[in-house]
Amino acid sequence: MKDPKKKRDVIVAAHGGGGEMTKRLLESRILPGITNPALAPLTDGAVLDLPPGRLVVSTDAHVIRPIEFPGGDIGRLAVCGTVNDVAMMGARPLALALALVLEEGLDLAVLERIMRSVAESAEEAGVSIVTGDTKVVEKGHGDGIYITTTGVGVVAPGVSLDAARIRRGDVLIVNGSIAEHGLAIMAARERLGIQSSLKSDVAPLGGLVQRMLETRADVKFLRDPTRGGIAGVVADLAETTGLTVEVREADVPVSPNARHAAEALGLDPLTVANEGKLVAVVPQGDAERVLAACREFEHGRDAAVIGRLVEAELPLAELVTRIGGRRIIQRPSGAELPRIC
Amino acid sequence: MCLAVPGRVIEIDDSAPPGLGPVGVVDLQGSRVEASLAMIPGVALGDWVLLHAGFAISRLDEAEARETWEYLRDADVAGCVGEFPGGAGVIEKEQGAPRRGQS
Amino acid sequence: MNEACKPLVDRINAAVDSSDGRIAIMEVCGTHTVSLFRSGVRSVLPRGLKMVSGPGCPVCVTTQGYLDVACGLAGREDVIVATYGDMVRVPGTDTSLARQKALGARVEVVYSAREALKIAAANPTSETVFLAVGFETTSPATAATVMEADRAGVTNFSILGGHKYVIPALEALCSNGRTGISGFMLPGHVSAILGTEAYRPVVERFGVPCVVTGFEPRGMLEGIARVAEYVARGEARLDNAYPAVVRSSGNETALAWLAEVFVPCDEEWRALGMIEKSGLALRGEYRRFDAREKLGVQIVPGGEPEGCRCGEVIQGLIDPPECGLFGAGCTPEGPVGPCMVSSEGACAAWHKYGGAG
Repeated sequence: MKDPKKKRDVIVAAHGGGGEMTKRLLESRILPGITNPALAPLTDGAVLDLPPGRLVVSTDAHVIRPIEFPGGDIGRLAVCGTVNDVAMMGARPLALALALVLEEGLDLAVLERIMRSVAESAEEAGVSIVTGDTKVVEKGHGDGIYITTTGVGVVAPGVSLDAARIRRGDVLIVNGSIAEHGLAIMAARERLGIQSSLKSDVAPLGGLVQRMLETRADVKFLRDPTRGGIAGVVADLAETTGLTVEVREADVPVSPNARHAAEALGLDPLTVANEGKLVAVVPQGDAERVLAACREFEHGRDAAVIGRLVEAELPLAELVTRIGGRRIIQRPSGAELPRIC
Repeated sequence: MCLAVPGRVIEIDDSAPPGLGPVGVVDLQGSRVEASLAMIPGVALGDWVLLHAGFAISRLDEAEARETWEYLRDADVAGCVGEFPGGAGVIEKEQGAPRRGQS
Repeated sequence: MNEACKPLVDRINAAVDSSDGRIAIMEVCGTHTVSLFRSGVRSVLPRGLKMVSGPGCPVCVTTQGYLDVACGLAGREDVIVATYGDMVRVPGTDTSLARQKALGARVEVVYSAREALKIAAANPTSETVFLAVGFETTSPATAATVMEADRAGVTNFSILGGHKYVIPALEALCSNGRTGISGFMLPGHVSAILGTEAYRPVVERFGVPCVVTGFEPRGMLEGIARVAEYVARGEARLDNAYPAVVRSSGNETALAWLAEVFVPCDEEWRALGMIEKSGLALRGEYRRFDAREKLGVQIVPGGEPEGCRCGEVIQGLIDPPECGLFGAGCTPEGPVGPCMVSSEGACAAWHKYGGAG
């Protein structure tokens, strides 16, 4: 019998008890859309038959706020974030394990939306959610929902990414416009006074990476510029390789919208997080075919060569600015607070 | 101390309560910012202004704003700087001095 | 180098050559310090042209005492501190606003004084204190907000006054004459409010060329070229290289707001000491918005951390790498002084864009 004054359905403590209520929550709000043969038995784990190659495993905890944002939500982020980490190892992402920590009071309609997002993103990424866990914490002890994802993938025989192969003259490629995720999130938070049409770029890159590897280009290095942005990646590269990484400001794709939002917030786009981007290092001669491979995908349309490795006295990450000047690209220090005065 | 960003006034709300002048919305190439326009009396829709700390602090001469835009565009090999918003097409830039406006 | 910039650099080279190979120009404004680095303009200037950082970083010239009072207020149950983002990680004597926030204090980062007033409206049982820090670009916003609060009869909003005037600091710097600076690149947006004529007394009294300059790379090169040329020719001229935004009379509305709400007072600047009539105090009936009077707190200037040479940096006496703590005991992650943690601090800019020590 339906209650005419329908109360808002929310997570309560009993949902985390492991009993009947947990089972019903799983069946009605969590499993639909993600269910598959490996997951269906709902046993303690999943047995997988993997293709030949080396196993890659990666894990990430997702604590983003707000949990729903322009361009995506924590569910999509959880799937894509870990899929991309696996892909950056040169592996084809195959399966994810998903652990949910739900806060008492979380609207079940929100949970459902997020799980639908997980399902859609997993399908887009070509991965299955093969096992998972659900816990509930008391109100006030969690930001609505935290998600931890662990992903596995396989590096095909013959594929080997190794930064030790990087040489002077190699180039850096990015698959599209930067800074959109971080800026979209900041704009979505209140009190910054910015209403933006910027959307997070969160997207799964497994397919794009496979395509790059299929071209037989000598892909030596892949990294996704999440926290710390492009700046973090190039600063690390310089340190790892002992070479100077020279990035050309005019060649880095930044949409006018992102550029102006960054300016308004006093931020350098190079330091802002991305969730649908990668930085690849390939020999100069392989650049064209890698770019072509990227451009076959929607999130690789604006792929561009943004810089190169050069020999220098000191290994640095350096920006050649629009006017032809130079300055250092430093690894960002931490919390980026919007600058105002 | 001086961080201010240029944008175009796309909304003006004269009725804003306990006012010292109108409040408006400024477009920063896709991002919208609510700001007080009270410091620059006589501001009109479509005007370019400089924003600082939630206030428009100055009007920006459109031709100068264009010049900044065009300068950025010329240096922009990746083609990421779009057309100058509201302009009647792109202004040709010669070496040195820009030709001003087509509108 | 970009084609449009080459003629400007050539002019600067020529001016330096005809000045015994050395010209020192002070970039007054912290935003200029950052922009010069970020755009790469610094790297295309000739060796003989030295750009020197100035006191135009509002956070850098705010005393430890002010910060300590702000942290203390944040610690009060019934107080919300609303502040621009720059102030949050600056270390006070024992703590910082960031640390207070981590311990449960209500510290809200706002991008506008008006936001602070909205917070007050949304939290009627708390007192919202706005940290009013900044120069002439920013103080009119505070003035307008105080007027708005007054008009609306708001009783739970106040400001902890820290606004300052730039010109008295310039005069103090010129008066002590140690700096070897031949000319000034004046802050473009402060000047949008003040107007170029406000600087006339500085130019005439001290005989230094001053050029109001914008923030695009080409605009900055133009400003520097003009100052260098006036120095080379021995001309103490006041010039405006940012006419798109800056007029000779400034922004009359903003200046009227400042006159309505504030009155100049003697103000303590970090490391520069007391500068007469350089601060902004609430006037007459607006004094009821003064957090110090309302909440019974007093600002005592406070000391300097051991080894910190921010004071010399903001006077243009040393470059950040000359400080022994630069990149060693003092980094953006673990700053000792405000110049390293403020987003417009000279030390932060040198560290971020110039390489770490």
